[in-house]
Amino acid sequence: MITVTHYIVLSAILFTLGVVGVLIRRNAIVVFMCIELMLNAVNLSFVAFAHYLHSMNGQLFVFFTMTVAAAEAAVGLAIIVAVFRNKETVNIDDINIMKW
Amino acid sequence: MTNVSVMTFNILSVLPILVLAGFGMIVLFVDILFSKRLGDKNILAYLSLAGIIIAAIVSRGTTPIALYSFNETFVIDNYSLFFNFIFLLSTGLVILISHQYMKRENINYGEYYALILFSTIGMMLMASGADLLNIYIGLEVMSISIYVLTGLKRSKLTSNEASLKYFLLGAFATGFLLYGVSIIYGATGSFNLKEIADFLINKGDVTGPFVYLGVGLIIIGLGFKVASVPFHAWVPDVYEGAPTAVTAFMSVGPKAAAFAAFIRILMTAFGSTHYEWQKIVYVLAILTMTVGNVVAVAQTNIKRMLAYSSIAHAGYLLVALVAANTLGVSGMLFYLLTYVFMNIGVFAIVIILSQRNDGFMQINDYAGLGYKHPLLAIAMTLFLLSMAGIPPTAGFIGKFYIFSAAIKSGYIGLAVIGMINSVISVYYYLRVTVVMYMQEPVREFYPLTISPFIVAAVVISVIGTLHLGIFPSKIMELVQQSILTMR
Amino acid sequence: MVQYLPILILLILAFGFAITNIVLSVLLGTQKPTPEKLTPYECGIDPVGSAHERFSVKFYLIAMLFVIFDIEVVFLYPWAVAFQSLKLFGFIEILIFVGIFLICYFYIWKRGGLEWE
Repeated sequence: MITVTHYIVLSAILFTLGVVGVLIRRNAIVVFMCIELMLNAVNLSFVAFAHYLHSMNGQLFVFFTMTVAAAEAAVGLAIIVAVFRNKETVNIDDINIMKW
Repeated sequence: MTNVSVMTFNILSVLPILVLAGFGMIVLFVDILFSKRLGDKNILAYLSLAGIIIAAIVSRGTTPIALYSFNETFVIDNYSLFFNFIFLLSTGLVILISHQYMKRENINYGEYYALILFSTIGMMLMASGADLLNIYIGLEVMSISIYVLTGLKRSKLTSNEASLKYFLLGAFATGFLLYGVSIIYGATGSFNLKEIADFLINKGDVTGPFVYLGVGLIIIGLGFKVASVPFHAWVPDVYEGAPTAVTAFMSVGPKAAAFAAFIRILMTAFGSTHYEWQKIVYVLAILTMTVGNVVAVAQTNIKRMLAYSSIAHAGYLLVALVAANTLGVSGMLFYLLTYVFMNIGVFAIVIILSQRNDGFMQINDYAGLGYKHPLLAIAMTLFLLSMAGIPPTAGFIGKFYIFSAAIKSGYIGLAVIGMINSVISVYYYLRVTVVMYMQEPVREFYPLTISPFIVAAVVISVIGTLHLGIFPSKIMELVQQSILTMR
Repeated sequence: MVQYLPILILLILAFGFAITNIVLSVLLGTQKPTPEKLTPYECGIDPVGSAHERFSVKFYLIAMLFVIFDIEVVFLYPWAVAFQSLKLFGFIEILIFVGIFLICYFYIWKRGGLEWE
């Protein structure tokens, strides 16, 4: 029997993978994909909780998270393209005229 | 699922937001339809200002009770009205100072004005959100607009880089915020701040550590937006790389909006667990003040110095959040209002004095300003004194309220650390003044082109800074009224 | 579980058949690779350039626009499900929502976001 705990643990694992990916990967696009992984891990936990609590609110939140993630993706990829046009790289370590 | 009740719906409560959205779209349309005939696009600035003034007229006044609408996800109370005033004021001032700058830097896109208006909508949603979903949407509307604004100077690598860093770290922090929201939802079964509060008061003991985990993650997410210290890495780079007018914009409004959401979430929903989150915010406040002020001392670029100073100010505001009493919250609201005037004032003068492509951004470039442009130097000195918290300026009164709130709540150590930090800050603020008055000019001051817009912004900021410093009682009354209807 | 047994058998058979055939053809067939044979087959015409070509950034622009509009449509589904009970209110709401889309679309069009050249 798959309980809500399984989903929450899976979501936590996915979220952690996303966080670790953001911290260790150096390609801006891969970092961005890891952020998307984090958001989708959150979506999974929303849906699991919504099912567990018999409330629609969690499902509703997922709709909004998805839309916002799409808007973020568009803006983020546009920014990455702008960086690439000027710098010819998307490696985060090379994007450092200003010190962090 | 056969019977869906039509939600309680009050169009008047969202009228300021609708006005801004409408004007944002009008600005976009005027820009694309008449771009050939617009010339220097003055009309877009006028239109945006008109939108802001109408929105301010619509959301003026006070309300005796908190008005909930949209299934209790949206609330109009004096608190959100006060924040609306702060947002509209800061956006209006930013439009005044940005007009000339955008033309000079050759980035006079019509989208700039639309995005600034849309971002303001996000802030208003954050301050009026009575529901975590609404606050999240507001946060994203605000942030996504600012990601784009930061990268507006597409041809310039620093602007691209700032935008990329802000975007990646911002989205990362949002992920934490969302995870916190989902855990809170799992533990309490609701997104509504009042329902969460009721749940925690009645059966908070069954949720155990989950709520604390959720609150911790939300603090990470919002701590990023207010630029508190372990999450501040983006601030100096983004402030330096963004177009100066955008820096002015994002140093004031979004910070105020994040604090608005911070206070509302922590005080309304998690008021019953405040001994737990107070400890976290306590540590954050100390770190933020200290790191901000100490690192600011070493800066030579004025925008970077202002970035660290903005971190330090976030630290003072967090002190008020730790105090978590009426005086603390009203002190924070008052301080945010003074921060609008003094910070935008400083940035206005930085914009006047800088040259194309962000030339003359070093503090040494200000040498001799006191003799060449005495009025500008006096205004700059006033703003810097206010930031340092020296009477009779507004900054002094704000700090006074915040630190006395901390003492009243028994956090004497925190207040002492805050005051020590204020003393450190006097050093680097006054250094600019010393450079302006005591050193020989190292560069030629070109004849400055000063538009009437930016003069108006500086004059308004000077009046605001002095007025709040000398006659604070009227605003303080208003502020205290604002938090009465909150809980 | 018993009623799923035929499906399992079919699965094993299908995979087994495919794998056996591939392995057999590798083992039994004679292979004399020549450069001509190793080139990718492109309708009998000589292939032009490498397959790992960089695409024009215009594709990404169109893709991004598609993603945004596509995802926004997600909000039409809950409305469609609750259409009966939301009555006129829901209809007007969704008209406003779609109207904002049209404004976005018009903006993109006028800005030249849909032009290829």
